Amino acid sequence: MNIIVMVKQVPNAAEVRINPETNTLVRDGVPSIINPYDMYAIEEALRLREKHGGKVTAITMGPPQAAEALKEAVSMGVDDVVLLSDRAFAGADTWATSYALSMGIKKIGSYDLVIAGKQAIDGDTAQVGPETADMLGIPFVAYVRKIEEVSLGRMVVERLMDNGYDIVETALPALITVVKEINEPRLPSLKGKMKAKSLKITPWTAKDIGANESKIGLKGSPTQVVRIFPPAPRGRREILSGPIEQQVDYVIKKLKEQSLI
Amino acid sequence: MSVRVISDKCTGCGTCVTACPFAAIEMREGKAFITEACTICGTCVEVCEFKAIEKEMETGPAKDLSAYKGVWVFAEQHRGGISSVSLELLGEGRKLADKRNVKLSAILLGSGVRDKAKELIAYGADIVYVADDPALADFNDDAYAAVLTTLAMQHKPETILAGATAIGRSFFPKVASTLYTGLTADCTALDIDPDTGNLLQTRPAFGGNIMATIVTPNHRPQMATVRHKVMKPAERNDARNGEIIDVKFMQSGEPRTKVLRTVEEVCETVNICEADIIVAGGRGMGSAKNFQMLEELAKLLGGAVAATRAVVDEGWIPYSHQVGQTGKTVCPKLYIACGISGAIQHVAGMQSSDVIVAINKDPDAPIFNVATYGIVGDVMEVIPLMIQKLKESRS
Amino acid sequence: MDYLLTEEQIMIRDLARQIAQEKIVPVRAELDEHNKFPWDIMKAMAQADLFGLFIPEEYGGLGKKSLELCIAVEELSKACVGVSTTYAANALGTYPILLFGSEEQKKKYLPDIATGKRLVAFGLTEANAGSDASGIQTTAKLEGNEYVINGTKQWITNGGEAEIYTIIALTDKNKGARGASAFIVEKGTPGFTFGKKENKMGIRASSTTELIFNNCRIPKENLIAKEGMGFIIAMKTLDSSRTGVGAQGVGVAQGAIDEAIKFARQRVQFGQPIASFQAIQHMLADMQTMTEAARALVYSVARYIDSGAKDISRASAMAKLFATDVAMKVTTDAVQVMGGSGYMKEYPVEKMMRDAKILQIYEGTNQIQRNVIALDMIKEAARNK
Repeated sequence: MNIIVMVKQVPNAAEVRINPETNTLVRDGVPSIINPYDMYAIEEALRLREKHGGKVTAITMGPPQAAEALKEAVSMGVDDVVLLSDRAFAGADTWATSYALSMGIKKIGSYDLVIAGKQAIDGDTAQVGPETADMLGIPFVAYVRKIEEVSLGRMVVERLMDNGYDIVETALPALITVVKEINEPRLPSLKGKMKAKSLKITPWTAKDIGANESKIGLKGSPTQVVRIFPPAPRGRREILSGPIEQQVDYVIKKLKEQSLI
Repeated sequence: MSVRVISDKCTGCGTCVTACPFAAIEMREGKAFITEACTICGTCVEVCEFKAIEKEMETGPAKDLSAYKGVWVFAEQHRGGISSVSLELLGEGRKLADKRNVKLSAILLGSGVRDKAKELIAYGADIVYVADDPALADFNDDAYAAVLTTLAMQHKPETILAGATAIGRSFFPKVASTLYTGLTADCTALDIDPDTGNLLQTRPAFGGNIMATIVTPNHRPQMATVRHKVMKPAERNDARNGEIIDVKFMQSGEPRTKVLRTVEEVCETVNICEADIIVAGGRGMGSAKNFQMLEELAKLLGGAVAATRAVVDEGWIPYSHQVGQTGKTVCPKLYIACGISGAIQHVAGMQSSDVIVAINKDPDAPIFNVATYGIVGDVMEVIPLMIQKLKESRS
Repeated sequence: MDYLLTEEQIMIRDLARQIAQEKIVPVRAELDEHNKFPWDIMKAMAQADLFGLFIPEEYGGLGKKSLELCIAVEELSKACVGVSTTYAANALGTYPILLFGSEEQKKKYLPDIATGKRLVAFGLTEANAGSDASGIQTTAKLEGNEYVINGTKQWITNGGEAEIYTIIALTDKNKGARGASAFIVEKGTPGFTFGKKENKMGIRASSTTELIFNNCRIPKENLIAKEGMGFIIAMKTLDSSRTGVGAQGVGVAQGAIDEAIKFARQRVQFGQPIASFQAIQHMLADMQTMTEAARALVYSVARYIDSGAKDISRASAMAKLFATDVAMKVTTDAVQVMGGSGYMKEYPVEKMMRDAKILQIYEGTNQIQRNVIALDMIKEAARNK
């Protein structure tokens, strides 16, 4: 079973802080990590390979430093990696990103399954998965929390919904996005880390994947960010003190005044 | 379009480096340098005191977007019931449509749902496109996307909205991909630029730490998914008139995906995304047994119970109740955070709640930074007291 | 301190540290409380290739040596000596095969050991054979193509959980120590059972049981080296593994210091953090100095062993003796620095103190280590006369 995992390098959200004076993100020294949801995607791909054989390829689009994310994937056991890196890709929104990834995946060649995390923690759009599936012309299943069975040309999965879950059968090849519940990602292995250390990654450029220049990067992106601003400050904060009963009474009174309870 | 540093004017002060939300500016040889991480957001242009950074607009061939008219809302239904977020979208969609002086249409897909079309008209739709077909009984990305894509190609709406639900966020991207247009996920505010007709789509990024306003200037329809509970639901008025247009769903060949079975999670009394009141607990609750107190409080208030990741990991409550970066994002009217320290990952999922009550024994807990009211005390004391007081006031 | 580790050694250290932080720290108190064997952690370590660290590459390992093993053991011990004991005992049980096994035996067992598929235990101690290993009474009698083993081993780490056991038994009762031989016994062999699991003071995550042999028949090929080599195999095995016990001492001492200093900076008395008091500062300084000295000794001895040195008994005994005495002292002092809190199970240092005690006892008590060291000194002096 040949599997392609789409990963994204993101700043470690746990370490992103807001400068209270300027209200901007403090990203100095914030390490980059593999998008946590993509870690579940990598783990699931490795488990499927262990069960069914085949090969796992990780693909990412990003600046040259994104190679580090791919190396981390290799240290976990991914067989092969593809880095799409070209200044022409810069400024891509989800559509243009999906386009570049789909062209990269087409160049990789035959595959049975593409897996990605349900969303990236920096943008939270959850769009690159389904858009890429559409461009590849393959079916898409979101929020997969369990792969129940895989057989020739088809697969049965559990898809998490707002009120429960669906058991969904899909034809293969397909693209699925996975949620946290699906597994616990493994740690890297020593052999993997050693392999990653000596790995040389040659990026694929827009030309290498035969991308139409008008569809990549900023130029190919239908959406544009026009403004970035800090969220509106919350109303007055009242942190109470004193006897518990007094505090509770006060809050209940306030909530009643606002007809909240 | 690009952002450019005017080398002569740049003093190398570094203000833009710290201001850039995307860490896309570096100092190189004493001057600011814009890296490829730049998203052209323009924050640096605004902060530079020396006017040394400029945003260059490329005036590409202006596309004729005038053929696109009307606001569409995807009316999500669950077992025949219209979801609350769809009513909120009809309310918001009505406003947008009135501003543009165009019609508001609702798209209703499902099996045996046609009689719900009238309800959508009552909630403000001028036109309802209904595709009522057994093949649409279960949610199916391909089928839903096919109907909407075909309709959009035929009727050319200017704007299409859906709730940022599991369904909306799953199939809308496929439609946007096929139509080659922009889609903005998880919006919390929408407006219209009267000059261009551009939908100003505002959404949180980086777990709610910054807000971004996004437009789709050269493509139509402009598509967005919108969060629960941020828009005011439409008022029902059964006297309204509207047109119901039946749409045929054409299944081409064997479907690629099929829902074999749907399982509703048993313990889920209220979907936390739709709840007006949420009582949430963190590890500070101490044990699964203590956690059950929250159920009682929630029941008393008619709300739902939610939890932090730590609590879900402990197995005190299923994952579907998890709020935060790796769980659900909620914005109820009232959020009561019990024994929650306020880690950024949790706060990201609840900070847009209208009123937040935090209960924690540590007065320095970060949860108090987002709390409207903070009760400093042991949850084991505070919550039983709250329950008791609420019961007293009812009887 | 920088010990000039290679890039690969740093990689090993970082990975072991990651396992310790992510997999061990969150569960160590529970494992301790419930005497629970850490299978999940063993699986994570296997996946990370840690079991293959010291196994030659031709048998599926990474071909590293004592120093790398010590680095990994130290990091694991910082978090939990119970877990690191399980890991180190696996190495202990593997050494007889690694050092003395035939090519067939190596091919048969080492690949499974390297991947962590099968865990190993070493069985020497008996009720009447502790510090005096020559007192063993378990026998192995050759009958046709099989050895028949009878007797009981005591306090065997990984007992019941391991699948491969390297044990010492007498093939000739009349020859005393020279009548001992080493064997490989697999779990599941008829006549081989386990006694009850011991309820220990510390290292409670590790399993300690009796091995009971009642007419247990194993193939003749399971003899390691030759009959009569048992005692030499046992001593060489212990020589090789002892430095690892020293590394456990360094790890647990450092783990305790890290907790103590964190606490001392937070705990306020008389209006200031207790870390600002000289009484505390001097304790912390002594703790770190002793631990650093122990680490320097352990690393030097490991490097000495890895250089191919033949006579390593004295050096490895010194590393074990010093580092584990330091561990006992430092963990006790860490509890003292933290006062009442240190004594409570809410904090990890009381466990570290209980865990540290075993290091002065197992794989040769520190009194026996002193004997080894002194005897070697005296022998050397006699030679140089």
